[in-house]
Amino acid sequence: MQEHDTAWVRTEMALAQQAPAGVRGPLAWVRKNLVGSVGDIILTVLGIALVVLILPPIINWAFISAQWVGADRTVCATAAQGGIQPDGWSGACWAFVNAKFGQFMLGRYPIEERWRPILVAILFVALLVPLLIPRVPRKGLNAILLFLVLPIVAFVLLVGGMFGLPHVETQLWGGLLVTLSLSFVGIAVSLPMGIVLALGRRSKMPIVKTLCVVFIEFVRGIPLITVLFFASVMLPLFLPAGVSFDKYLRALIGVSLFAAAYMAEVVRGGLQAIPKGQYEGADSLGLGYWQKMVLIVLPQALKLVIPGIVNTFIGMFKDTSLVIIISMFDLLGVVKQNFSDPSWATPQTTKSGLIFAAFVFWLFCFGMSRYSMYTERRLDTGHKR
Amino acid sequence: MKHIAIGILGAAALGFMASAASASTLDDVKAKGFIQCGVSTGLAGFSAPDDKGDWKGIDADFCRAVAAAVFGDGTKVKFTPLSAKERFTALQSGEVDILSRNTTWTINRDTALGLNFVGVTYYDGQGFMINAKKLPGVNSALQLSGAAVCVQSGTTTELNLADYFKANKMEYNPVVFEKLEEVNAAYDAGRCDVYTTDQSGLYGIRLTLSAPADHVVLPEIISKEPLGPAVRQGDDQWYHIVKWTYFALLQAEELGITQANVEEMKTSDSPEIKRVLGQEAETKIGTDLGVSNDWVVNIVKAVGNYGEMFERNVGTGSPLKIARGINALWTKGGLQYAPPIR
Repeated sequence: MQEHDTAWVRTEMALAQQAPAGVRGPLAWVRKNLVGSVGDIILTVLGIALVVLILPPIINWAFISAQWVGADRTVCATAAQGGIQPDGWSGACWAFVNAKFGQFMLGRYPIEERWRPILVAILFVALLVPLLIPRVPRKGLNAILLFLVLPIVAFVLLVGGMFGLPHVETQLWGGLLVTLSLSFVGIAVSLPMGIVLALGRRSKMPIVKTLCVVFIEFVRGIPLITVLFFASVMLPLFLPAGVSFDKYLRALIGVSLFAAAYMAEVVRGGLQAIPKGQYEGADSLGLGYWQKMVLIVLPQALKLVIPGIVNTFIGMFKDTSLVIIISMFDLLGVVKQNFSDPSWATPQTTKSGLIFAAFVFWLFCFGMSRYSMYTERRLDTGHKR
Repeated sequence: MKHIAIGILGAAALGFMASAASASTLDDVKAKGFIQCGVSTGLAGFSAPDDKGDWKGIDADFCRAVAAAVFGDGTKVKFTPLSAKERFTALQSGEVDILSRNTTWTINRDTALGLNFVGVTYYDGQGFMINAKKLPGVNSALQLSGAAVCVQSGTTTELNLADYFKANKMEYNPVVFEKLEEVNAAYDAGRCDVYTTDQSGLYGIRLTLSAPADHVVLPEIISKEPLGPAVRQGDDQWYHIVKWTYFALLQAEELGITQANVEEMKTSDSPEIKRVLGQEAETKIGTDLGVSNDWVVNIVKAVGNYGEMFERNVGTGSPLKIARGINALWTKGGLQYAPPIR
């Protein structure tokens, strides 16, 4: 046996060391990112100056000088403007938002009946949240409750006219109620319909294919405003006399069909990205068309197009503001409508109202986008780069 | 082919309208138990939602007055906010019973569009607002030569402005914007000395300026914008009810009948007041109209007389503080005049 003539052989791995002090810690981060070069230094100084310049006035306007409660415009107007604030005062008029909050949320829904939409909102959240959290069991039952039972319950509660509930016309609905209900129904209808349209468009059956292509291209080729206008002005002319659809229902159908056409193209993009081998593999297993689609193709295709789907959802959520042209008042519409109330007309009212509306829209859109990113990560099982 | 399609569409449209407006409006209204009133989507002082979402303003109150005349209850009215594009179709198709939506009375609308305007609830017109700090000593629009004028583009306002300055041989610098908000911001920022739009609108805009006290609305009115409620053509009974509701509001003001004293006034010694309030023996004034004989009492109880309605919504009782001006009664130098109720 030959002895090694090495004096010492390491038998275990050296422990990992921390990086040298010069390249770790906040100080190193600052050195690397903020003052790495002359260009960086200039940008940093400019950036800090900008923040110092802009942030304090914004914070002052939105929080410190802002008025939170009040009965009318006097709290949000300076003495020269007929109010109680000192001259030169400038602050957000959250009192306006506060006083109009019920309207911003529910429109002109009768005050004594407002518990009904609030109850629907509670049910909606109670059913939606568990559906969104993957750990919670009984997804199937939950989905049935949310997508089949809740719409019926919501319809009964919101519209009324049965079980002793007074009837509330949809004309009185408004605010976030309209925004959310239009987009929820739009989302719930457009996804399945879009999938069916996308499959139809790739179908080998000529009639189905033609119908789907015509529908998608027709709806995508015209602006949503036109669809809504058509639904509210032209549609009644085609219906037999005496038959009239509710305006809200028309908007609902218009928005859903419109979103479905876009959704179809998004889903088709996903279908086209699935390699041919997947289809052939499914065929070779003897799966039928629907089994092939539901079990093999769609799960992969939909996962691929989550960003596109959520994009369409967010776009539709914001597009609901267009119902203003058929005199329905979504959140933005009702906020703008209340600018005309003379008892709240001040220089600050418009800004405050619009910022509030923007904040609510942002809250929902940001929520949707964060959740979609989470879902993408969770479903990212293969094709890792 | 195209013509046929248009013909079918037109026929369908006519059929739709005819079927909706076949029965008498009064019967329809009584059967459903409320008046459907078309208002604007929001105009300060005329029809705008308050904190509770109730419609406030002259236009909204006028519909309440008609409801009070028909039902004896001013709350039996439902409001439909209508955009400028939708408003005439909504009335023609029977979606609303009254269009009370700051609509200018013109011959074209009275004839070709098939409306019947019942009167002028507010005499409006294009006016000027100036920044008194920048233009000291100006108290008439005729002194505005050379001024920079903020105006919304593509409106009749812009055309009227050009006409007025040309007719008076004055120069001006138009500062034109497409959106109302932009015009407001530009004027408030001092980019022009003068703002021109409908006078009622100027008062609303003044409230949103940073120093309202510096701004003065000049007395000149350079266009006629008589705003009033309208009903469908072809139903004289309904037309009369709405028209005489308007006259009753004026008559009540002329006779000093107010929301507060209407009950006492019933026992007044004046035969005219008794006649108007339906307290004469065997009076048939109300029933001939198709409403109850105490219809004027109901109207005044619901919304007050015309003057009270005006002051509450756009006048001294509101933030707008619009002066009565030509909207005063004829007895006080204005244009509001009602034929006798007898």
